[in-house]
Amino acid sequence: MSDTIFLILACALATYATRAGGHLILSRFGATHYRLEAALEAVPTAVLTALVAPSLITNGPAEAIAVLVGGLVALRYPLVVSVISGLGTLILLRGML
Amino acid sequence: MSGQTYTDEIPSGDMQPENIEARGIPTGTISGENSPKTVPNPVMASDIKDGIKDVLPILIAIVPFAAVFGAVAIESGLSFGETMVTSLSIYAAASQYVMIDLMGQSVPVWSIVLAVFAVNFRHVLYSASIGRTMGAFSFWQKALAFFLLVDPQFASSEARASKSGLRPAYYFSYALMIYGTWMAANAIGALFGSLISSPATYGLDFILPLYFTGLVAGFHKRLNFVLILITSAGVSLAAYLTIGSPWHITLGGIAGLIIAAALSKPKDTSPQDMNKPKAVSTPKESTANV
Repeated sequence: MSDTIFLILACALATYATRAGGHLILSRFGATHYRLEAALEAVPTAVLTALVAPSLITNGPAEAIAVLVGGLVALRYPLVVSVISGLGTLILLRGML
Repeated sequence: MSGQTYTDEIPSGDMQPENIEARGIPTGTISGENSPKTVPNPVMASDIKDGIKDVLPILIAIVPFAAVFGAVAIESGLSFGETMVTSLSIYAAASQYVMIDLMGQSVPVWSIVLAVFAVNFRHVLYSASIGRTMGAFSFWQKALAFFLLVDPQFASSEARASKSGLRPAYYFSYALMIYGTWMAANAIGALFGSLISSPATYGLDFILPLYFTGLVAGFHKRLNFVLILITSAGVSLAAYLTIGSPWHITLGGIAGLIIAAALSKPKDTSPQDMNKPKAVSTPKESTANV
């Protein structure tokens, strides 16, 4: 096995460890504490927000406005409508700004 | 199976109105979410249909993203085979970029693996959270499901779990579409990389942030949503500007979880009441889809 393939597979293993690890650790606990439950319940909001937040400042005003528009639309309308309106805003503003 | 008490407490049906029909499925007839064999076929068919429907916008975003990765990998000296093995086995775009970047800098192997682990650390949280909703999965289904747990897969599966329950048919039809598209576009990028025009022209470079934004907004009925959102966004930005990427994801995420835990209250003092569905959420649900 070449060094490169070895490195790639080691990285794959590290990645799988993170993806299975959270569940493996948690299932050892059995019944969970309410504070842990609340934290887990917040994972999608917290982590996905942290993932997206820099896109508000790393690009330009067009991208930031598009994210805000998409977010507001998603409060009431389906996801597809939200993505399309965010994308429409972006294309429009990139053409203008 | 700690997931069972948990699913009762989420107001179901508060996500996207597009899936109202999914709630018409007689899920009540499924005796025990733990035995996938008792799931009637119409449910499986509609799970597959919904999985494919939900994944379509993501596929549009993934094609240019994956093609660019293929092109970059070849440019940085990986062979076609190595590029394919990378995407097949790691299947985590951001960390694959990090790996390729560090390989070009003759850094020791262990530090590259550590960097990949750090970039992917958010998956630990994904896995802990989504694992609780996988009561309908067998051991091997879970083992495979975690391999496929990319960001959109997690976000969409969380939404699905709160809405109508998460079953393997939904999860794997969604996953198969992304994985297949990801590999195909990778191969095309690796072979014809020099021909790719900039995805920025059509705004395609920005579909993923928009998709995640839309999904996050879909969770707005969850407890303390606004405070968690503000905390995570604030800490993420602060970390991004000071320490730098990828720490903003983990630090911003964990800050939000700490707030959520700090604000939480004990739900029930008597353990025998734990399994009662909370009727309180029903009126909210009906207005959510108007």
